[in-house]
Amino acid sequence: MLEIRNLVVDIDDKRILNGLNLTVNKGEVAAIMGPNGSGKSTLSYVISGKEDYTVVDGEILLDGENILELDPAERAALGVFLAFQYPLEIPGVGTMTFLKAVMNAQRKARGEAELTTPDLMRRVREAAEELSINQEMLKRPLNFGFSGGEKKRMEILQMALLEPKLCILDETDSGLDIDALKIVADGVNALRSPDRSFLVITHYQRLLDYIVPDTVHVMANGRIVRTGGKELALELEANGYADYRQQAAE
Amino acid sequence: MAAVQETVDRVKAIDVDQYKYGFETVLETEKAPKGLSEDTVRYISAKKNEPEWMTQWRLDAFRRWQTMVEPTWARVDYPKIDYQDAYYYSEPKNFSGPDSLDDVDPEILKTYEKLGIPLREQELLAGVKTSKVAVDAVFDSVSVATTFKEELKKVGVIFCPISEAIREHPELVKKYLGSVVPASDNFFATLNSAVFTDGSFVYIPEGVRCPMELSTYFRINERNTGQFERTLIIADKGSYVSYLEGCTAPQRDEHQLHAAVVELVALEDAEIKYSTVQNWFPGDAEGKGGIYNFVTKRGDCRGDRSKISWTQVETGSAITWKYPSCILRGNGSNGEFYSIAISNGRQQVDSGTKMIHLGKNTTSRIISKGIAAGKSDNTYRGQVSAHRKASNARNFTNCDSLLIGDQCGAHTVPYIESKNASAVFEHEATTSKISDDQMFYCMQRGLSDEEAVALIVNGFVKDVLQHLPMEFAVEAQKLISISLEGSVG
Repeated sequence: MLEIRNLVVDIDDKRILNGLNLTVNKGEVAAIMGPNGSGKSTLSYVISGKEDYTVVDGEILLDGENILELDPAERAALGVFLAFQYPLEIPGVGTMTFLKAVMNAQRKARGEAELTTPDLMRRVREAAEELSINQEMLKRPLNFGFSGGEKKRMEILQMALLEPKLCILDETDSGLDIDALKIVADGVNALRSPDRSFLVITHYQRLLDYIVPDTVHVMANGRIVRTGGKELALELEANGYADYRQQAAE
Repeated sequence: MAAVQETVDRVKAIDVDQYKYGFETVLETEKAPKGLSEDTVRYISAKKNEPEWMTQWRLDAFRRWQTMVEPTWARVDYPKIDYQDAYYYSEPKNFSGPDSLDDVDPEILKTYEKLGIPLREQELLAGVKTSKVAVDAVFDSVSVATTFKEELKKVGVIFCPISEAIREHPELVKKYLGSVVPASDNFFATLNSAVFTDGSFVYIPEGVRCPMELSTYFRINERNTGQFERTLIIADKGSYVSYLEGCTAPQRDEHQLHAAVVELVALEDAEIKYSTVQNWFPGDAEGKGGIYNFVTKRGDCRGDRSKISWTQVETGSAITWKYPSCILRGNGSNGEFYSIAISNGRQQVDSGTKMIHLGKNTTSRIISKGIAAGKSDNTYRGQVSAHRKASNARNFTNCDSLLIGDQCGAHTVPYIESKNASAVFEHEATTSKISDDQMFYCMQRGLSDEEAVALIVNGFVKDVLQHLPMEFAVEAQKLISISLEGSVG
C-alpha cells in the first residue's frame, strides 16, 4: 500500500526528514510515535503533498506508484486522506456545501458520476449520526467556531465520507477530552477494513489504547529508528524518548 | 456547490480569453461627429426628438461642465482623458426606434442572445425560467428593445427608454430628472446630464407591487464611443419594484468611457431594490484597454418609511469610481448597500456608498466585501452622516477585504460624521488573506486550486449574494469565479 524509500526532506534549507524508510501494508494500522520535532507532522504533510517542503531524495509509493509529482488534489483522488491536527476554518462555506464539493470533486477525478443531493444527504446523515454530529453542526460554516472536539469529529466525518485508501491521523488526540477521544476512536475503528491502511501519528500512547495499532514505529531526528508491535507503545510510555533521541543523533 | 464546478468548467472552456463577452458585433452605425461641443449636445437632443426644455437642460449642464475640474481624490490612477477624442453618440444604421422587435437588426438580436439576454417575449416565456423579467436593452446610445411593456402597462407601470419617457411622460421627467443627482452634482454627472443618450425610465404607481423584475442590459459595442446612460426610477407611495442592471462591452485595446447617472426616488412607504452585475471589459492582464467606469448612483428616500436597497457585484472595468448612495430624507426611512467588488489583473476599484441621514429614526446598513487579486487595487470609500435633525439615526457598517496573492492592495476609507447626539453608528472592518493552509486543506480534500479559491471566495461574499435576486445570484457566483481565474498558482 504505502512504501516510503529513503525520504530526505528540507524546509528552508533545514533537514527535517533524513532518509526515512517506512512500509504500511494493506489493512494495517501503523502508529508513528516520537518526540516533538522529530518530523512526524512533516511526514504527514509530505505524503499528502503540501508545498513548502523540498523533497531532496527518495520516493513515496502508493500501490507501487510514485506520488511525489502529484498535487494534493490528485493524491486525494487516489485515496490519501489527512486528518489535520489543526483543521482549518472556512468562513461562510456551509459544512454541507463543503462536503458536497469535495465528494463530487474526488468522484469526478476518478471518472465517477456526481452524487445526487438526496444521496449525498443520506450518506452524510448516516455518517454524522455515528459521530454524534448533529444537523445544526452541518448547517454551520465548516469548522467555524467549532470546539476542538467538534473539529476532530468533523475530520473523521470527512474521512468516512471520502472512503480513502490511506488515512493519516496527525495528532488527532491533541486537545480532546476522554469522551471526545472515545467518539473519535470509535469512528476510526469503524472504518478499519482489510482494504484501508492507517498511519496514526501521536505523541502519547493514550490514543493507542483506543485505536490499537498493528505496528508501532518510533521516529527520531527524521527517520524511523525502531519498529515493533503494539507493546512498543507501552514501553515508550514508561521510558520516554530519551534513548531514541540519543541513538538517532549518533 | 454545483455552481462552483460549473464555473470551473466554464472557465476552462473559455481558455485564454477569460472575458467571454469580449466579442464585437459588426454593424454599420451612425455617429455624432467626434468631440464634444454645444453642437454635439444639440445633435444628441435632435436625434432623440427632444422638446426644447430638454435641449436647454442639457446645454445648461454642458456650460457648467466646461467650468468644472475632473476630481482626483479617488485612489485610482489613469492617464488624462481627452474628452474631444471620443464619440458621444452611436446608433445602428437605419435605426427606427424600438417599437417593433421585427425591425431590430438581427445582428443586434444575436448579440443579446449570445449574452444570454433573450429579447423576444415568447422566448422568455418558453424558457425554463419560472419568473418573468422585463428587459430594456441598450446598445451603445439607443434602446433597441423593451419587453413586456404591454403587460406592465395593464397595472400602470411605465417601463420604457428614457428618450421615450421625455417625449411621452414629460410631466414625470420634468418633476424628477435631476432631482436626486442635480445637473451640477459632479464632473461626471454633469457631463452625463449634457450628453446622456439612453437608459431606462420606470414609474410604479401608488400602491402597485411591480409584477415582475425589471432589468436593463447595457452593451457598449462601438469603438471609441462613450456610453452615457441615464436611469430614473420613481416608486410612488406604497409601491415596490426590483430592478436589475447588467453590462458588458467588447474587448478592445483602447479605454472607453462610461459615465452613467442613476436616480431613484422612493415616496412614502415605497421600496426600491436595485441590483447591478457590472461586468464591463476589465482590460487585459497588463492593463491594456478596459472601461473607465465613472458612475453616479443615488437614491432618495423622499417619503416616510421608504426604503432603498442597492446590491452590486462589480467585477469588470479597468477603473471603477462608483458610490451608490441613499439620502434618508423621510422619517423612518431605510437605506441598504450590499456590495461585492472584485479586482484582478491591473484593475483599480474605488467604490463604496454614502448614507446621508436627514430624517428622524432613519436606519442604514452597509455590507461591503472587497476582493483583490493580481496586481489590482481595491478601495472601499464610504460616508455615513447624520444631520442635526436626524435623531435616533442608526447605521451599521461592515467592510471586509480579502487579498489573494501578495501584489494587490485593499484599502478602507470611512468618513463618519454625526451632528446629532442620539445617532448610533457602528463600523466593523476586517482584512484577511486566503491562507496557504486553507488552500492546502481544501486541496487535500480533492479540490483543485481554482475550485478552492472559488469556494472560499463564495463563502466570503455569501452575506451579500443572498441579497441578489435568485437568478442573478447564480450568475454572480459564476462571474466571481471567472473574474478570479488565474489569480492563483
